Amino acid sequence: MHYVFEPGFFSSGPVHVALAVGTVIAITSAVVGVFTVTRGQSFAGHSLADIATTGGSGAFLIGVNQFWGYLAFGAGAAAFMEMIGIQRRRGRDVATGVVLGAALGLAALFLYLGTQYSSTTGASFSILFGSIFVITPSTVPALIASALLALATVVALARVLLLTSLSPDIAAARGVPVRAVGAAYLMALAVSVALSAVIIGAVLSTALLIGPAATALRLAKSPLKAVITAAGIGVVAIWLGIVLAYDSFYWPPAGRGWPVSFFVVTLIVGGYLVTYLRRDPRRAGQEQAGQEQSIDAEQACSPV
Amino acid sequence: MTSDDLLRLQNVSVRLGGRDILCDVSFGIRPGQFTGLIGPNGAGKTTLLKVILGLQPVTGGAVLLDGEPRPARDASIGYVPQKLGLEPDVPLRVRDVVSLGLDGHKFGIRLPSRARRELVSDMLTAVGAQRYADARVGELSGGEQQRVMIAHALISRPRLLLLDEPLANLDISSEQGIVSVLARLARAERVAVLLSAHDMNPLMPVMDRIVYVAAGRVAVGDTDEVVQPEVLSRLYGQHVDVIRVHGRILVVAAPEGVDEDHAVAEDAGVMR
Repeated sequence: MHYVFEPGFFSSGPVHVALAVGTVIAITSAVVGVFTVTRGQSFAGHSLADIATTGGSGAFLIGVNQFWGYLAFGAGAAAFMEMIGIQRRRGRDVATGVVLGAALGLAALFLYLGTQYSSTTGASFSILFGSIFVITPSTVPALIASALLALATVVALARVLLLTSLSPDIAAARGVPVRAVGAAYLMALAVSVALSAVIIGAVLSTALLIGPAATALRLAKSPLKAVITAAGIGVVAIWLGIVLAYDSFYWPPAGRGWPVSFFVVTLIVGGYLVTYLRRDPRRAGQEQAGQEQSIDAEQACSPV
Repeated sequence: MTSDDLLRLQNVSVRLGGRDILCDVSFGIRPGQFTGLIGPNGAGKTTLLKVILGLQPVTGGAVLLDGEPRPARDASIGYVPQKLGLEPDVPLRVRDVVSLGLDGHKFGIRLPSRARRELVSDMLTAVGAQRYADARVGELSGGEQQRVMIAHALISRPRLLLLDEPLANLDISSEQGIVSVLARLARAERVAVLLSAHDMNPLMPVMDRIVYVAAGRVAVGDTDEVVQPEVLSRLYGQHVDVIRVHGRILVVAAPEGVDEDHAVAEDAGVMR
């Protein structure tokens, strides 16, 4: 490798698109993800990703852009989950065993048929693992608009979502339409999963949703800081992933770039693991009763 | 019915899944009054609180606020639920939770303001929770969480505060702390308090009135009027004894077919 930025990185059209779309989607996923983790709905996020796989492969089979397949199936699945009550344990069991199994079975069929007819061998790969460098330019406005819509929904619902996480009964008693808010949130989640599926693939989209959020929740205490930290982590992972994937064209086997999704997911997991190296300031505070000079420790634990 | 009642339940009945949970319950609460909602587990205390909050539809009767049917959305009732389902990693600091008490039901975003920060800070001081204002609420002990949730409920200046078993699972000193904070704030802010508990003893020094619930029915009045063997036996539908020992009150029931020498303390617990 000669440089960090290999020749042509800054003049490449696909790189520009990837950076722009990747940034918007990373921010949306991370912000939505903070609420997903806070609400304990990571499972719903992953289910939506599995079902989006079916949508993407179905869209490929009938020759429509995959994003619309991800979006249609994700939104449909979100509505169905709301109906069967994904939050209840029984609902989860049914969803895992029956719905997700059926969805992935269909995805297998669609991909098989699709690749039989069109001989596009890369299709299965791009649906499952993403294709940020081959985003169709005509879908870019739709991608950005969907991302902003999902982001705006979650920002508008932020306080209500937090109050509902604290206690659904308090929220309901104060006139919050808890069920409708949950449904609106689930739709924003479906959109965000469809968007991550475009850039890092349907099966990996949960990583972009939950990874930065989970890391941020280990580092930041307040809701605002958690959202900002998660967005920052998501954007950095996408940017570094894009740079590394571009560079990897020159790595062995030369002439074939490594998948962006690999880099993005590895960076996100790496970031999460790094938070474990950092001493937990709260625990340190409890052990040493304020001797530590950390701001957190000082705040968390004056002696009883 | 007295006209100065803040809250009035009129012949409220709730039937769920073919079972009568509450039967013909009537009582009133006046401003600033401290009322204990006492009874064994499963007697219908939580259902009664949910009826007052508008979370549980009634099969019969009415809930009146200032003599009018309770509006769907009402800021004059504050609520402290029994338990929060918060994981330690939920990014809500104590001050965030109290701040949500002001406007957590509103859509959109708000900008931080000094006035709000001071209001939150004052409220935390009032309940004795300023020490852990910046800790995550999911990491606190049960007693600490109760204080935070009392601050959350009181910051919007309700006229009635409902608390569901706030003393359950607390150690004795936290229990006394919560009771004295509530009694002080109820008096200072003229907030009526309705607090459910399966043990009336920690509340004896502060309780103005008692609503004793058993088998879905209630007996209402001063503690001395209600906690009588005749009154409670009628309520339970079986013979119970009221034993006063070392300044504590035990309600003791004799199960059917067991003679009274082997009477056992109700789960209501009155034995501790």
